[in-house]
Amino acid sequence: MRATIRFLLGAHARELPDVDPTRTVLQYLREDEALCGTKEGCAEGDCGACTVTLAERDGRGGIRYRAVNSCIMFMPALDGRQLLAVEHLADDCGGLHPVQQAMVDHHASQCGFCTPGFVMSLATLYMAGDNPGRDDTADALAGNLCRCTGYRPILDAARAALAQPARSGDEATISLRARLDALDTDSETLAVEGAGRRYVAPRSLAELTAILTREPSALILGGGTDIGLWVTKQHRDLPLTVATERVAELRQVTDTDTHVTIGGAVTYADATARLAALHPAIGPLIRRIGSRQIRERGTIGGNLANASPIGDMPPLLLALDAVLILASADGLRRVPVTEFFRSYRTTALGPGEVLAAIEIPRPAAELRLGVYKVSKRFDQDISGVCAAFAVTLAEGRVQSARIAFGGIAATPARAHAAEAALNGAPWSAEGLRAAMDAIDDGFTPISDMRASAGYRKLVARNLLLKFHLENPADLADAIALRLDLAEGMRA
Amino acid sequence: MSSNIGVSHPHDSAPLHASGTAIYIDDMPEPRALLHAYIGLSTEAHARIVARDLSAVRTAPGVVAVIAAEDVPGVNDIGPSLPGDPIFADDVTEYHGQALFAVAATTREAARAAAALAVIAYEPLPAILTLDEALAREDARVLPSRLIKRGEPETAIARAPHRLRGTLRIGGQDHFYLEGQIAVSQPGEQGDMLIFSSTQNPSEIQHLVARALAVPDHNVVCETRRMGGGFGGKESQAAIPAAISAILAALTKRPVKLRLDRDDDMVLTGKRHPFRIDYDVGFDGSGRIEGIDFVLAGDCGFSPDLSGGINDRAMMHVDNCYFLENISILSHRCKTNTVSNTAFRGFGGPQGIMAIEYVMDEIARHRRRDPLEIRRLNFYGDGPRNVTPYGMAVEDNVIGELVEELARSADYAERLQEVAAFNERSDWIKRGLALVPVKFGISFTAIHLNQAGALVQLYTDGSVLLNHGGTEMGQGLFIKVAQVVAEEFGIPVERVRVSATNTSKVPNTSPTAASAGTDLNAKAAQAAAHAIKQRLAHVAAGEFGVPPTAVIFANGEVIGGRRRMRLAELAKLARMQRVSMSSTGFYATPKIQFDPVSQTGRPFYYFAYGAALAEVEVDGLTGEYRQRRVDILHDCGKSLNPAIDLGQIEGGFVQGAGWLTTEELWWDASGQLRTHAPSTYKIPAIGDLPPIFNTRIYQSGRNRENAIFRSKAVGEPPLNLGIAVFLAIKDAVMAFAASRRPCSLDAPATPERVLMAIERLRAGGAASSDEVPVPGTAAGRPPDAEAAE
Repeated sequence: MRATIRFLLGAHARELPDVDPTRTVLQYLREDEALCGTKEGCAEGDCGACTVTLAERDGRGGIRYRAVNSCIMFMPALDGRQLLAVEHLADDCGGLHPVQQAMVDHHASQCGFCTPGFVMSLATLYMAGDNPGRDDTADALAGNLCRCTGYRPILDAARAALAQPARSGDEATISLRARLDALDTDSETLAVEGAGRRYVAPRSLAELTAILTREPSALILGGGTDIGLWVTKQHRDLPLTVATERVAELRQVTDTDTHVTIGGAVTYADATARLAALHPAIGPLIRRIGSRQIRERGTIGGNLANASPIGDMPPLLLALDAVLILASADGLRRVPVTEFFRSYRTTALGPGEVLAAIEIPRPAAELRLGVYKVSKRFDQDISGVCAAFAVTLAEGRVQSARIAFGGIAATPARAHAAEAALNGAPWSAEGLRAAMDAIDDGFTPISDMRASAGYRKLVARNLLLKFHLENPADLADAIALRLDLAEGMRA
Repeated sequence: MSSNIGVSHPHDSAPLHASGTAIYIDDMPEPRALLHAYIGLSTEAHARIVARDLSAVRTAPGVVAVIAAEDVPGVNDIGPSLPGDPIFADDVTEYHGQALFAVAATTREAARAAAALAVIAYEPLPAILTLDEALAREDARVLPSRLIKRGEPETAIARAPHRLRGTLRIGGQDHFYLEGQIAVSQPGEQGDMLIFSSTQNPSEIQHLVARALAVPDHNVVCETRRMGGGFGGKESQAAIPAAISAILAALTKRPVKLRLDRDDDMVLTGKRHPFRIDYDVGFDGSGRIEGIDFVLAGDCGFSPDLSGGINDRAMMHVDNCYFLENISILSHRCKTNTVSNTAFRGFGGPQGIMAIEYVMDEIARHRRRDPLEIRRLNFYGDGPRNVTPYGMAVEDNVIGELVEELARSADYAERLQEVAAFNERSDWIKRGLALVPVKFGISFTAIHLNQAGALVQLYTDGSVLLNHGGTEMGQGLFIKVAQVVAEEFGIPVERVRVSATNTSKVPNTSPTAASAGTDLNAKAAQAAAHAIKQRLAHVAAGEFGVPPTAVIFANGEVIGGRRRMRLAELAKLARMQRVSMSSTGFYATPKIQFDPVSQTGRPFYYFAYGAALAEVEVDGLTGEYRQRRVDILHDCGKSLNPAIDLGQIEGGFVQGAGWLTTEELWWDASGQLRTHAPSTYKIPAIGDLPPIFNTRIYQSGRNRENAIFRSKAVGEPPLNLGIAVFLAIKDAVMAFAASRRPCSLDAPATPERVLMAIERLRAGGAASSDEVPVPGTAAGRPPDAEAAE
């Protein structure tokens, strides 16, 4: 048991006692360390001005660099890691880092307030040795807002700086790794107390469930990309948080012939490659969930457990018929994801229970899968409607159909009536009509700042049509669809 | 040639930005005993405040002072030109989010927690929450309506072979400067107050704070080193945190910092004016406009603020690049119970340009012509077809050739064909194309604001310290003015240091606004530098034995005949000879005048021009869209700094496109703004950038007026180029209808509005029946946009 948090701030070791467990890393940098290069633009992880780099051991002898939003990251998350802010990039003589120099050379700053955040997002790529193309660079910067430049010069600066990424030498990696090893033995439970609040980071599932049994009021904390806002936006007091991120069993991703199993504390970033390999439709969806900074911290388990009606993972998991494994001191139980969401923001998780893993069946080769996210802005926005369709065809007819939506009901939900209408029906414009009407009848979405109820319903319907258009039964179906659509479109 | 003028020097703070060492106000070392302030906001859109119990706030931990309207020592109003903007609402609150009281405490958290303990009792009053409601009520005005009229519009419209009427609604826009509003006030002796404010208008902060504190102006100093973005949002709105922090500082005799968090900032401070535009236009078979009638209703929010000038500028930009011989422009300055709308890059101009460009597009649909053809046909020409509705001759018109150059370089004609061919074979994805020209008037329409002062000091080591009234918000003003001063002295720009804007160095300045920052301040600084140079020339002439006129300042040296010396040597010599090396400089824009009664004159020194061609792709099943390609050609005159100007052009364009696409402000039925942070308010992200984005500065550009080195202002004009994206989306929407019937599309064109517009086309019948105003509104418009031939 350890009550202090230990980390590297740049090259310097820090060991802090009595840390307020819900103090943010941004507050710490600016107020305690007087490192004011990192900025607060929104305090909700949506603008990226607060971006810093976390370096951590990757479990394979190397270092994993993550760009994260310091404005919503609580202090205990630093434990065992290296924190790099914009001030830590300059070389020993104070010269600009290649990323910083490129930003100057390409006139990529105007007011400059967002610049340190962009620099850190790019420096993270640089340190990781990445030389991404334009799309991947834009992906890495989707969580950094700039109101002045229009972004073009920033992309140019990125291209120039990342063209010759100087991977930190093996020696440096080994040395950093050794220093991180010395901070954290991977076995100590972290139990921090400060400002009247407590934080515990257990190391094993048994320890975690024991704590949850003992402390039923504890709040389970994953990556904190949602819970962080409870503090920074709602100013809630969180007297006891129990973190899942150090629980070894919850951080694993396992592949079998039939399933991919994602541990409850695995971040989006760490699961992306395996999930994307399941089906080509999945990668593009994950890329649009939050931003790179959010996905580096946010967990898929957290996205399910907070039961938001507008989470983007649930529709996909509903359509794929995933199974959730819930753990408590009494052991494990399996709950199909279809039975997990009970009502608005309520799940099947009982007291003392934690989401341990998500078991996703491998899509069969013949499964047609489509996932669609519709939002005001393409990147880093919350869905108006999110839809997932999983359909198997046999001889031009629907053998099985699973349809799920986010954003049109109080929970992520299957469209059972639409599925029923499709099952056994011909996979054609004609066959689709009843299913589209069933979507209309089955949901009563709300109107809010993201979208009106009418738009949500219309889009939900149209997305089924779009899925069909992208997955015609055969050439004849494709031609028929086109003619049908052309007639409908040309009023 | 010059190493200073026309050279792409990096922004003077670029290395500081990139290294995180640029100091914004919240980054400054905090003074001893600093207090943190937090503002208590109204939770009613319109209500009488019947009780205000702040006792629990006063006794909360860490609280040092609590103030409300009655605690303001002087005037409880920070209206920039007209009264009506109370620092704290007194007996009536006029919008949801208005400041009611403020707390100063030892920490920000303590101040915020204490503010939550206030007990406010409201008696709700009827609230006007929509522009349509306000327009329908003649008493709902913050300022009297205005009319500009020329020729015989009624007759011309009635007699024209074709006529279209319609309504266009344009949403507002939050500035979303990345650095929120902030001020730190430090009390001094004998009533002095030093204010560090993130403001575009330090002089106004000084004057308003002095008035609020009931002290003379000379007691108050306002300093601004840089802003993390302004865009007009810190022209008048920065006075709110400045005044509140100063009052608390005066009361507690301790320094006070007030930093608004993002949510409070967006709720409390003003935005771009939403507009409703009703048009009635008559035109001939070729699409040439014969008469046009505009009714512009601007949603000013609850107070006048800067709305007079903003609505005036909207009126003066509905002509854009077109000669409108018979025209009526009626402008209503509507009052709603929402936050008072304010300056935002373009200052009403973009709304005016949107109005006429929308009409151009509608005429083209009606005539089944290429919209660019209709635009060309209506362009300003030679006299007498070169006079604006407000009586100013357009003497510097380059729009025709600029548009031709853009159309040629961006393959407009070929791409028109390609888009048509694509749309022919694609059913649920359609593409759209739009080329939009822009003309934008440069100068403050409030003539007296077109002045600037500067203070230049040469030290004996040859280094120069420059101060002027302009503020740096990222636009590159400081480097541009430094380039001009360096050019005057013939020294490298690195030898000129620009110090923070400070009201005790240069007094009575104008806001850095109206794109005029460089035009005004560079001329003033040039005059100051020139005065010093003249004195030095005499010193050098005496030393060299040549006439002063033969002394040349170049390459860091001073040359006369065959003799030369370093500028530093000459400066030392001047000191020994007791010659002043400090000078103020002053500039007032020539030629401009405007008669507010007849609404005619020459309000603008010159016009800036530009054009953008945008291509988009729209998904007919969801309304989602992506920009495919954008080409821009923009006139900066002879650019002082092409890299800085390019940044303004691209950034302005993206901001304009954001305004008209994804940036949607959404109020609920109680008048509460629900899009008050980036999670709900969506400014363009990097992924919204078109994959092909070509921006060029118009190489033939040269200001025919004697603006600084023949350059042109570039801050606001390019924002209007974003209209091309909106109209390209409209073009793609129209492609979903074979019959090309008219279809209304309001802004911002969110995917929802786009899909609903497509749905209306598919449904046929009354094209815009579910979004039209009820018949018999004050504007008296018929309920649809159908041709009324």
